[in-house]
Amino acid sequence: MERQGNAPPDDIPVVLAREGHHGPVIHAANRKARMDGVHPGARVVDMRAICPELQVEYADPAGDRAALDRLVLWARRFCPWTARDGEDGIILDTTGSDHLFGGEAAMLVEMETQLSLLGLTARLAVAPTWGAAWALARFGPVRSICKADEAYFKLGPLPVAGLRLNSDTVLLLRRLGLKTIGAVMDVPRLSLTRRFVKAGLDANPLMRLDQALGKLAEPVSSRDAPPVIRATARLAEPIFDPTPHLPDLCEDLCDQLKAAGLGCRALHLVVYRTDGDVAEVTVRTSAPTRDPAHLHSLFRDKVDRINPGFGFDLITLAAGGVEEIAARQTRLDGDSDDDLHLTRLIDRLSAKFGARSVTRPMLHQSHVPERAEAALAALAEAPEGQAVVVKERPLRLLDHPEEVRVLYAVPEGPPAQFVWRRQTHRVARYAGPERIAPEWWKDRPGTRLRDYFKVEDASGRRLWLYREGILGDGRGQEPRWFVHGFFG
Amino acid sequence: MGVLRMQQKMAGQGERPAGMPHTLAEVFPANPSDASATGFMLSRLPRTNAPILWVQDRLSRKEAGRPALAGIGLRHPIIMVDLSRAADVLWAMEDGLRCRALAAVVGEVWGDPPALDFTATKRLAMRSEAADVSCWLIRRAASPDLSAARDRWRIASLPSETHPHDAQSPGDPRWALDLFRSRRSKPGQWVATHERAADRLHLAAATGDRTLDESDGAARERAAG
Repeated sequence: MERQGNAPPDDIPVVLAREGHHGPVIHAANRKARMDGVHPGARVVDMRAICPELQVEYADPAGDRAALDRLVLWARRFCPWTARDGEDGIILDTTGSDHLFGGEAAMLVEMETQLSLLGLTARLAVAPTWGAAWALARFGPVRSICKADEAYFKLGPLPVAGLRLNSDTVLLLRRLGLKTIGAVMDVPRLSLTRRFVKAGLDANPLMRLDQALGKLAEPVSSRDAPPVIRATARLAEPIFDPTPHLPDLCEDLCDQLKAAGLGCRALHLVVYRTDGDVAEVTVRTSAPTRDPAHLHSLFRDKVDRINPGFGFDLITLAAGGVEEIAARQTRLDGDSDDDLHLTRLIDRLSAKFGARSVTRPMLHQSHVPERAEAALAALAEAPEGQAVVVKERPLRLLDHPEEVRVLYAVPEGPPAQFVWRRQTHRVARYAGPERIAPEWWKDRPGTRLRDYFKVEDASGRRLWLYREGILGDGRGQEPRWFVHGFFG
Repeated sequence: MGVLRMQQKMAGQGERPAGMPHTLAEVFPANPSDASATGFMLSRLPRTNAPILWVQDRLSRKEAGRPALAGIGLRHPIIMVDLSRAADVLWAMEDGLRCRALAAVVGEVWGDPPALDFTATKRLAMRSEAADVSCWLIRRAASPDLSAARDRWRIASLPSETHPHDAQSPGDPRWALDLFRSRRSKPGQWVATHERAADRLHLAAATGDRTLDESDGAARERAAG
């Protein structure tokens, strides 16, 4: 199955690559590339030699799998029983639902049409067993339909790769001269059993053959869509303010979440206006929760942003980001633990001021002071191996170092007197210099090194002063002096 | 000049004597761009590993810088909240004081905004006492007008101790502390030396400076007479 969302034109060979043991290998190729001799599993450099105009993109297997999982649910429109089949297929149990589309052939056409509307190409087959359908869809004719008693004949001419075996076993069978499924069928059963008695399902052609012919059961277990957790308030008359209904809705939603043992990370409040418009407000939490009072408090300032228009008569509150949370009782009196309160505090602050203004600074491995700290999300886990501070560092740092005017420069050490923020400071004592070189792998070329001094002036203020560059380093004019921080 | 230990003399932020709940304290640095108030506040925090909620308004951040983790140390995880208005700072502090998991709530407000009135400080003080979380309000470029803070400090930097190994470089920091109003203990003035290695504060009575002492006494006599 190939994605064609904003696909490149068909006359350019395009491949998707993934990391292999010896450099990138081909994950998938488009039609033109396949016709040029590119095959999946080969190394990209080799295929470039065959096909010089090859365009290479990186594959996203996790994204493909998630998309396929969504497609499994989408395919429920054809039948109620669908499941994902490996990395590139969907299996539908259409027993009894084909007549709704006017027969199996018409159903396949309808499926192909619907999938092409999504921008997907598909290879479809109907067969009495999972294995037969798998083989026919990949190696059989287009939209092949296999009746219950035809599996033996239809599978015969297909290659042995159609038996869902691993590559080693396919290679083994080819070396044994068994190139088609029919050839495997013709081999006496006893000799195949003797050869593959200890092999697993993936490497056992006999069991796979039995599955394809329906002699061995292979049920399709369908995955259930996660239930939508939603609380609804239907009103007799249009209203303009949802606030009075919010506590009940939150209570209702949290009861449902509690019954299912779940918590939510987001809440979507949707109001359906009488003029047909829909307005939505979303709040998010930093940890999954199902506390009605807390969830209600997150809407405190947000409800005003709803434009009620001529009023609305239907309010729904839906839970998003649903996760399982175990009910924990940490104290004998039934109260919750303190950590939970901290996540709620961060939720409230983030809901009011935005998630970007609530951060948690972390030490970062860098000697350059402004890079020694990184701001993470407020509840982020501390990364492993946090940097250790070796040198004495100021308690406060200025975001932008402020330049000082030097009145009396001394060849070695900090200036004897300087003007900063329109005040003259006379240096009484100092410690330093501590030289911090620029990080050449990050800084622009020509960035000057810094010599830091801890300076105490006559009144006792302790500043962190630095000189940018040294005289004659060939990177600009006279060195300049800056204030960067304050010691306690 | 006797060296007094903090827990005997001063009202209990940090290591607290029995029956002294955590409460709201205001600190007025003598110079806005002086980290002495930050250093003093950090030395008074409870010795736990609980996080600090640190709320700054825009001007404080711009003029006095942001707290640097490398200098403060990693004992308390810090949750920084960067805001622009003083009213928001007070809101965030008040909200933070509902959370008992915090070691302290620190707010930095620049100047005398109208939002920071007696009522606001009273709310902070009562919430802080109810939750038993210490609350520090660092007010730069501000006048110490009406406030419900239980302790009010004025802090200035003093020339530091002599460095034990290097006479030319500054040693442990010294601060002039002035507890000019306190509801729970006797106001007074001290010279504090912060022993960085042990994170301990040594206090000495601030009567060593003789000329300052005399002039101060004379002024008080005139005012009385």
